[in-house]
Amino acid sequence: MRYIPNNAPVREDMLRQMGIPEIGELFRSIPEQLQYKRSLEVPGPLAEDEQLDLFRQLSEKNLDQGHALNSFLGAGAYRHASYLVADSLLQRGEFLTAYTPYQPEISQGTLQAIFEFQTFMTMLTGMEVANASMYDGASACAEAVLMADRLKNGRQRVLLAQSLHPLYREVVRTHTRFMGLELDTLGLEGGGAPGSSGRVDAAALKSALGDDVACVVVQQPNFFGVVEDLAPLAEAAHSAGALLIVVVNEALSLALLEPPGAAGADIVVGEAMSFGVPLYFGGPYLGFMAARDEFKRQLPGRIAGETVDTHGERGFVLTLATREQHIRREKATSNICTNQNLVMLTALINLTLLGREGLLETGRRNVSHLGYFRGGLAGLTGYRETFGGPVFNEITLTCPRPAADIVHGCLKRGVLPGLDAARLLKPGGGPPDADRLLVVAITETSRREEIDALLAALREEGK
Amino acid sequence: MSQEKTQTPQPARRPTGSFKHEPLSFEYPRHGHSGVAFRPLDVPEQDPARAMPGASLRQDGLERLPQLSEFDVVRHFTRLSMYNVAIDSAMYPLGSCTMKYNPRINETVARLPGFTGMHPLQPDGLSQGLLELMHILLEALKEITGFAAGTLQPAAGAQGELTGVLLIRSALEARGEHRRYMLVPDSAHGTNPASAHLAGFQVREVRSIKDGPAKGTVDTAHLAEMMDTEVAGLMLTNPNTLGVFEPEIVRIAEIVHAKGGYIYCDGANMNAQVGITRPADYGMDVIHLNLHKTFSTPHGGGGPGAGPCLCTAELEPFLPVPRVVKEGGEKDSGGKEPSYRLEWNAPQSIGKVATFHGNVGIMVRALSFILAMGPAGLREMTETAVLNAVYLRHMLKGVLKASTEAPTLHEVVFSDEGLATHGGINTMELAKRLMDYGFHPPTVYFPLTVPGALMVEPTESEPRAELDRFVEAIKAILAEADTNPELVKTAPHSAPRTRLDETRAARKPVLRWTPPE
Repeated sequence: MRYIPNNAPVREDMLRQMGIPEIGELFRSIPEQLQYKRSLEVPGPLAEDEQLDLFRQLSEKNLDQGHALNSFLGAGAYRHASYLVADSLLQRGEFLTAYTPYQPEISQGTLQAIFEFQTFMTMLTGMEVANASMYDGASACAEAVLMADRLKNGRQRVLLAQSLHPLYREVVRTHTRFMGLELDTLGLEGGGAPGSSGRVDAAALKSALGDDVACVVVQQPNFFGVVEDLAPLAEAAHSAGALLIVVVNEALSLALLEPPGAAGADIVVGEAMSFGVPLYFGGPYLGFMAARDEFKRQLPGRIAGETVDTHGERGFVLTLATREQHIRREKATSNICTNQNLVMLTALINLTLLGREGLLETGRRNVSHLGYFRGGLAGLTGYRETFGGPVFNEITLTCPRPAADIVHGCLKRGVLPGLDAARLLKPGGGPPDADRLLVVAITETSRREEIDALLAALREEGK
Repeated sequence: MSQEKTQTPQPARRPTGSFKHEPLSFEYPRHGHSGVAFRPLDVPEQDPARAMPGASLRQDGLERLPQLSEFDVVRHFTRLSMYNVAIDSAMYPLGSCTMKYNPRINETVARLPGFTGMHPLQPDGLSQGLLELMHILLEALKEITGFAAGTLQPAAGAQGELTGVLLIRSALEARGEHRRYMLVPDSAHGTNPASAHLAGFQVREVRSIKDGPAKGTVDTAHLAEMMDTEVAGLMLTNPNTLGVFEPEIVRIAEIVHAKGGYIYCDGANMNAQVGITRPADYGMDVIHLNLHKTFSTPHGGGGPGAGPCLCTAELEPFLPVPRVVKEGGEKDSGGKEPSYRLEWNAPQSIGKVATFHGNVGIMVRALSFILAMGPAGLREMTETAVLNAVYLRHMLKGVLKASTEAPTLHEVVFSDEGLATHGGINTMELAKRLMDYGFHPPTVYFPLTVPGALMVEPTESEPRAELDRFVEAIKAILAEADTNPELVKTAPHSAPRTRLDETRAARKPVLRWTPPE
């Protein structure tokens, strides 16, 4: 086998040296009746060129976004630019094939990168501490709820905004199901009726809050693309002694919108795949978590910290390990062991490359492209913007007929116009006329002619 | 774009240009630069404040973000990479982590645009290639473990483990049983009790045998005593963390099943078993695999991994959604071409554990590895991994004390018994000194049941000459310790940093860069 350096003659020689008659002897501790005597029925072996052929064939059976397909599907997985430098650098074996920096003296590259990423995330979110990353946005959200539960020991209720991504709600439910928490839903202002803001119902929040609520979870911008007004929500949560968790799954929004920390958020979590991580059918992505300084010892996941070596040189180590499972076992803040380090590095390199100027420009371009689409939409009969609140990157439309039909029809025209929201919203779990809602993501990667094609397809299908 | 005032970089503590002192990106001079260029805007420019009336916008202007050219960025990260030791550059015998070669073709196939550009919510009909790929991978993993069903969704081993425990919990609840306890051996990895806790179980520890040839394996008498109808089951790592295949595994399964419990098997040590024995065949009910261990996907400095979970038919109804379903393509389907779809409807499912379908990019790499190996190659992998570990144990006989007399498989754990006779050194110091000899140290102080544990897992990837060099390095370090213990105690001496003050880092945490006063 081409990957294995010790071939049969070398193996024979090693066995001979140890006085072991044959390799089967090595497994004599496995009871005879438990040994698998047949050959595994798995495909292969394939030579390199055969592998390439097979994977090319498989990949060509897909229709990818932006090349074969003109897509405006977002809903927590957004297409943004990734720069070649990022992928080139992270393929260096020193990054690619190292493991967790348990031995800091020979892992300073990974550790300094984590420290830089933590710094970026604190600046972007307006928080004081951030961890080294989490699996993805939804599991980060679940971890934040569990963290709030620890911080607000004894409070059992969690208020989840209806405008939180439905799959995030599902993941929170899975992770908290047996933790004795009660998940309640916080509706949209005006019940999400036509022309309402699409924001969280702040009045309903006030009446739902009580001394049994551990945290309030809202998404910014929310599932419908609407930008929330966070400050009053934070104020209401705090006045009832609850924490405000802000979920950001379009991390590019952090370039332009008021940082959640400045609005009073206690924990900010989300998905940072927008910083140049490929769509990749949903993963690997990049969960992140940031919080107020006072909560740092309750953060889950890995954290890098600055220190010095015996010569007084600055260096970095994994720190606050007493939170973690390998020390605390069942009392740990989480069971997670790794971060998404290589994906973190993708995002970090892209952020470093963009820098201040590039990040702001990307955000502004995003606004301009969505603005162009909205301008065109005004001339389409039958469609309207569902909500009146401000939007970023994504917008919800009420279609003249069921959104599933619109999607189906547009696909025949080579356009995937967005998400038929009812696919993810539970029956009765969304605004009225949920089956007519189409959530359209327009990023700065959408070209003018692509947006024109979308508008044309919508016009035809709306007739 | 606005021109920022140039900020003076922080003074370097050593002469500039030293590769060992790369500043943080935030400490570079800032000249209003960006490493990217934009194509001309093809739509009318909009002012964010006017486009988003009523939205609060950022006031701080992100003015502390770096402002670097593309080349600055390349040099910065290239230098950082040079401070890392990795499997590509050195033997990395980190026990329980299976640090093996990461084939480069896997990186190439994983970057095909037909994979990278796929949206997780696009219609199934547009995703046939990836759904087929996920199906092939899951079938292969079912064959390798012997299980009837599974999910690829968990993003990492710990999430796979949580999934497994949730399946057990859900199956019990579905029978109307509210069992409170989960048994975990004292030698288990820390994630096991942490995951059991997240599934709402109280953890009870099962003793391992303390002496004799079976030392370190599960004490079945104690297990039988603990196992009752209040206990959901047992979380078991097999081979255990000492690398020993549980001799009483069949009996263990009988004890747990007799009281209606389930066994969750931690698949961390699958590299000792592929093609040799199958967890389902020896009575396990559910297992998670680490694709980044056994199936060679890059560890990446700590993720992303993937933690598929495989289980018996009995636990299948509780698997996470959506599941990949194949239709047609069988002999009896009348020549219908196979097609694949995602099934979201499963009333008894535990729900979703990850946002979408898990770390699909990792699945592509793992399948590529399995295909390159084939059935014979997979067996050769396991045999060689075990041979290499047994060889190291043999060659270190009389040098380091193995923690068990029992035969070991893919890894070997040494204790610190007798180590201090060499100039009073301890396990950590030995490990740190290995860095100066060009090795990443093995896992240290785990499992907790072995005093001063040094856990070595060479994998099938190490050539004999490298194994020999490792043995010689250990011997040389012990000899150094006899004559010059300070040299060992203050190691490493050739790494980018000497020993780092971890106590200071934890007592006065500095977790982000802040601008100098």
